[in-house]
Amino acid sequence: MKCRVCRGPAVIDVRRHNANFCVEHFIEQCERQVAKAIEAFDMIAPGERVLVAVSGGKDSLALWDLLIRLGYDVEGLYIGLGIGEYSDVSGDHARRFAAERDLTWHVLDLREEYGYDVPTAAAATRRVPCSACGMSKRHLFDRVALERGVDVVATGHNLDDEAAVLFGNVLHWHTDYLARQLPVLPAGHGFPRKVKPLVRLSERESAAYCIVRGIDYQVEECPMAAGNRHLGYKEALNTIEERSPGTKHDFYFGFLDRAAALFRSGATIDAEGLSACVRCGAPTPGEVCAFCRLVERAGGHEPGGAVPVTLGRREQP
Amino acid sequence: MRAASGGSTMIVRLRNPTRTVEVQGGRSVAKLLNEFGLAREAVLVVRNGELVPGDAFLSNEDEVELRPVISGGV
Repeated sequence: MKCRVCRGPAVIDVRRHNANFCVEHFIEQCERQVAKAIEAFDMIAPGERVLVAVSGGKDSLALWDLLIRLGYDVEGLYIGLGIGEYSDVSGDHARRFAAERDLTWHVLDLREEYGYDVPTAAAATRRVPCSACGMSKRHLFDRVALERGVDVVATGHNLDDEAAVLFGNVLHWHTDYLARQLPVLPAGHGFPRKVKPLVRLSERESAAYCIVRGIDYQVEECPMAAGNRHLGYKEALNTIEERSPGTKHDFYFGFLDRAAALFRSGATIDAEGLSACVRCGAPTPGEVCAFCRLVERAGGHEPGGAVPVTLGRREQP
Repeated sequence: MRAASGGSTMIVRLRNPTRTVEVQGGRSVAKLLNEFGLAREAVLVVRNGELVPGDAFLSNEDEVELRPVISGGV
């Protein structure tokens, strides 16, 4: 296979673009796709500060690297989830990435700061671990972004993530979730703007970007996520994609172009019903936000009991 | 296919769980993925430390990693 741009030896075939790329032109292709997403959806304005949600996995590290290469003012936030060796290795990758590039980043450890970890939270709530994990991360990314005065929180959600979530929401007709499944969630009601600059890159392209850029990342699957429904949706979509390249892109971007607006009116009503959590001040539809309730329940399962809800963090140079 | 023990065969490293097997070389990346029942959208192939496309030819003595790219958290 030859590179579509220079006709040199290709290192990757991207069937949905019917194209092959060498290292140099694949990196350019990734930059172009991210820049196009940022521009098309007005994700980040010139001069704005960005907080990247960093997990140590391929998507968040690729995103951090790409945003820097595109010239954005970026700092990272890593949240220690306490998922055993998996979290230890993930944190090491994030730490090494930041140190080698002399980047600004922040670390917040769930157990140190709030007295629980994801496995404990899953046991306490008797829900799937991804539920407590995702909710904790969203709450803390929002909170740190607002406290640090950054304009935008960027997450590493890629095309496969968004297509799989869309697939699940359509299968179960979660119309409230469909209303919010956008690559940009505007700031307001106490939330910072949230953006997903990787929506034009597949998971495979994101991983390939890390390899050709020499970025070491957590390759192993999260043990808490193994066998979850979301992975099943991805496998189903990849089976279709094998036979019909470009289907995932058409599914997701067709939704954004032609269907997303039909679901949005309900979301506006939900946002207007929010007030400040009496404990932490975060926006919530009730008196106490879901995160504070989780801290209370999960903390009760720890030997030391519940801990006060105060945000602390260790800053890294 | 058998567990790795060295020799003039291709070493293939798989993940989740991490394991290593030896197979005969002399086949393309696409054919190897097909034999392992892996979707091309779901893995990348790294040969001797370098990313290679689907038509790359794999030989005995190559060290090949079949790296999954699907992650479950959102």
